Amino acid sequence: MPLPRWLLSDRVGLALLAVLAIIGIGVPILNLLVPPEHPLHLSAYTVTLLGKYLCYALLAVSIDLVWGYMGILTLGHAAFFALGGYCFGMYLMRQIGTRGVYGDPVLPDFMVFLNWKELPWFWHGFDQFWFAALMVLIVPGLLAFVFGWFAFRSRVSGVYLSIITQALTYALMLAFFRNEMGFGGNNGLTDFKDALGFSLQEDGTRVVLFILSALALAGGYLLCRWLAATRMGRVLVAIRDSEDRARFLGYRVEWVKTLVFTLSAMLAGIAGALYVPQVGIINPGEFAPLNSIEAVIWVAVGGRGTLVGAVIGAVLVNYAKTWLTGALPEVWLFALGGLFVAVTVLLPYGLTGLLRRREKTA
Amino acid sequence: MSELVSELDAAGLHTPVAPVDATHGVLLYLEDVTVSFDGFKAIDNLSLYIGDGELRCIIGPNGAGKTTMMDIITGKTKPDAGRVFFGQTIDLLKLDEPAIARIGIGRKFQRPTVIEPLTVLENLELAMSGAKRLRGLMTTRLTGEERDCINAVLEKIGLTEHTSRLAGILAHGQKQWLEIGMLLMQEPRLLLVDEPVAGMTPAEMERTAELLKSLAGSHSVVVVEHDMGFVRSIADQVTVLHQGRVLAEGRLEELQVDPIVIEVYLGAGDAYH
Repeated sequence: MPLPRWLLSDRVGLALLAVLAIIGIGVPILNLLVPPEHPLHLSAYTVTLLGKYLCYALLAVSIDLVWGYMGILTLGHAAFFALGGYCFGMYLMRQIGTRGVYGDPVLPDFMVFLNWKELPWFWHGFDQFWFAALMVLIVPGLLAFVFGWFAFRSRVSGVYLSIITQALTYALMLAFFRNEMGFGGNNGLTDFKDALGFSLQEDGTRVVLFILSALALAGGYLLCRWLAATRMGRVLVAIRDSEDRARFLGYRVEWVKTLVFTLSAMLAGIAGALYVPQVGIINPGEFAPLNSIEAVIWVAVGGRGTLVGAVIGAVLVNYAKTWLTGALPEVWLFALGGLFVAVTVLLPYGLTGLLRRREKTA
Repeated sequence: MSELVSELDAAGLHTPVAPVDATHGVLLYLEDVTVSFDGFKAIDNLSLYIGDGELRCIIGPNGAGKTTMMDIITGKTKPDAGRVFFGQTIDLLKLDEPAIARIGIGRKFQRPTVIEPLTVLENLELAMSGAKRLRGLMTTRLTGEERDCINAVLEKIGLTEHTSRLAGILAHGQKQWLEIGMLLMQEPRLLLVDEPVAGMTPAEMERTAELLKSLAGSHSVVVVEHDMGFVRSIADQVTVLHQGRVLAEGRLEELQVDPIVIEVYLGAGDAYH
């Protein structure tokens, strides 16, 4: 099947997809087939770490769609990531069954500990994989839809919208910290055992989760790239650069914004759902406003409005974070802040902007 | 998926276009329109009629209410009182900006507003009427018919050679023409053009005058302009606004000798030459 033109002309995107294909095949081989004593062997720790980066990259792509293309600076996207994560975490909790500390076949440990007698209504159905998978899309999507409907219809934009998105994620964090909410409070959801019968401790399962993350990122990238190439993509740019022009051309700007915001939240939800089984825990800390801001910085570092830049930024900044929090933990936040300032001042188009400039002069 | 799409269309992404009824020869009616901002009457009991196919110039000193009038027609500002009808049947006060754009009223802003990171072609495609349903937006291709339509507009605005250039690198005058081209892609009946020749060279002005004159007849065109030389070169009918009302209306030559008009506007300074 020949590639469609919108993809063929996207050389950087094709390179990204090729890299994803190579690591999607190479990493499992280096982990499973290369013996542990061989220097090229990748440990399960590394595989999981890389899988985590890919989830972050998908979150970054979802942010770039709304920020880079539509001009909405969302400072609360980690909320959708966390909601997707909680939905899948609830499935994983229900899979524990009698293997929990208290051995209750239905109630997760934290509910037994709180002396609850039955499962809250919103936990029903989460023992089914398909139901949880659906909720991973629906819960973040619905929240984004309702939020967008009210915010965009009232024509809240710019810095005010950014502040509201911060408030949204902060409010969710406070709510999820409460034990009465029924999501494990402070500790969140953890001690997962298996998914679809496969143990999460097994190397094979970890490798599959890694491959799924790579596929999800590739799929998310393709979806956003396609959308940007359609007429809808031009409407997004028009809304970003001149909202009034788009409106006087006859576009219902608030609807377009709401729909794309919802789509983006669903992508973030998928990223969160793949993240949770790999890191083995989800807690209210994931809603912290700082997480959302960090994710925006990834996009800014990579270069917004390029999608590929979001992926590059997410992976590089997180690699730096892994390394710095290990070597000099107290320096990390200063480094992050400095990075944001440096990128804004010196590289307004991010790292991919640097690449493009090189291409132009060559 | 397709059901979802049609539902969303019904939910307001698309408004069906009702045909405009201009059988009485008048396309736009503004009657006794008043709007005030914090007690200041920007528009004061204004009545104005634009004929079908007419080219009308609106002049008046700063603060006369020209832009506010455009805001009212295009749904950006709702008046405190009065009636605004498009043809015999369409009450514009009941519609919002996108709906008004879709029934055939195009507006050019004072500052050229084209989408700079997009090419000339993409800007015109963006403005194309009929492409605004969700389904119509989910494509990466142009049909032959759409391409023909764009080509016709490109020729009209004289940008055929610049089809694949980015709008951001066009000259100022070319941007203005592109924006007029975008209005034409909407297949409007009424064009509202706010100061089209501000900052243009005399040659560009001349081309703009020809373009606007060629549009009259098949469209009604309302031009707000300060430049008297330009107004003289295009208009049959001129309306003078002053303090939110119509001060005088008629041919420019008549208005130029009208003592009241001379006092409030024409005689005031060097705008007249």
